[in-house]
Amino acid sequence: MNPETSLWTDLAFWAFGLAAVWYGWRVFRTDSMVRATFALLASFLNVGAIMVLLLAEYLGTALFFMMAVEMAVMAIFMVAFMMNPAGLNPMQMVHQHRFAIVAGAATFAGLAGLGFAVDFPDRPLIIAADTIQQLGFELMGSSMLVMQSIGVTLLATMIGAVVLSSKWGRYGDSDAGSVPPSLDPEQREEDRS
Amino acid sequence: MTLATLLLIAAGLIGVGVYGALSQQSFVMIMMGFELIINGVLLAGVAFWALATAGEPRGQVLVIVGLLVMAIEAAMGFALVVNVYRARGADTTEGIDSMSH
Repeated sequence: MNPETSLWTDLAFWAFGLAAVWYGWRVFRTDSMVRATFALLASFLNVGAIMVLLLAEYLGTALFFMMAVEMAVMAIFMVAFMMNPAGLNPMQMVHQHRFAIVAGAATFAGLAGLGFAVDFPDRPLIIAADTIQQLGFELMGSSMLVMQSIGVTLLATMIGAVVLSSKWGRYGDSDAGSVPPSLDPEQREEDRS
Repeated sequence: MTLATLLLIAAGLIGVGVYGALSQQSFVMIMMGFELIINGVLLAGVAFWALATAGEPRGQVLVIVGLLVMAIEAAMGFALVVNVYRARGADTTEGIDSMSH
């Protein structure tokens, strides 16, 4: 199937696309933090659906699963850290609001204008290409180093997240004996020794 | 569904994300802004892969690297939120006034 062909594909694309942007907007407009999290999840699911329409089935499905789990974790964090998880009281926790609106609108206008103004190469996906198989051969073939780097980076991220968030280290408090770095280089050497 | 319309939707997501990341006070809400930005970047990546590169497999690999960026952003973001909350008792940007110890 060519991603550019049918009318139904077009209709589905516009439905998913507008829903993705609308739910993204709802994230910052709702009072309930849990609802904001699920609005973000809905935005991701719609983008995943567009990816499937574009025949990137593996990436779209990966996005579904990854975001379902990540947003579940985020909802827990929202309930744990925010004072108004259920949205029972109206609230507006924003700063530099006008500047943010202008920056967001300018980013949108600039990028959208770029998308329409630049003459990108028009080389659509080859019809009936097995994109998942191609990706598999690419990952297990010439791009294996990329995959291995991703694995090591994720391992480093896991270690970093545990180091940052753990309260206790092996020999007591995780920040025991830690001092702010001095601005004076000689003092810094002394602190280190 | 053309490349330009796909990039339009991606630009919408990135624009909303920039607004959120700049305007929100809560750390977790700022992270949501970042996630929306990456969401738009992923969509643009897949759009280019499908409509401008004739389905070049390395394009999909590049999008997977984008997913990696999102995973790192979420994991390190949550870890930093926990760390700052423990050290400063702060859950908003207004609650901290310096990056040092």
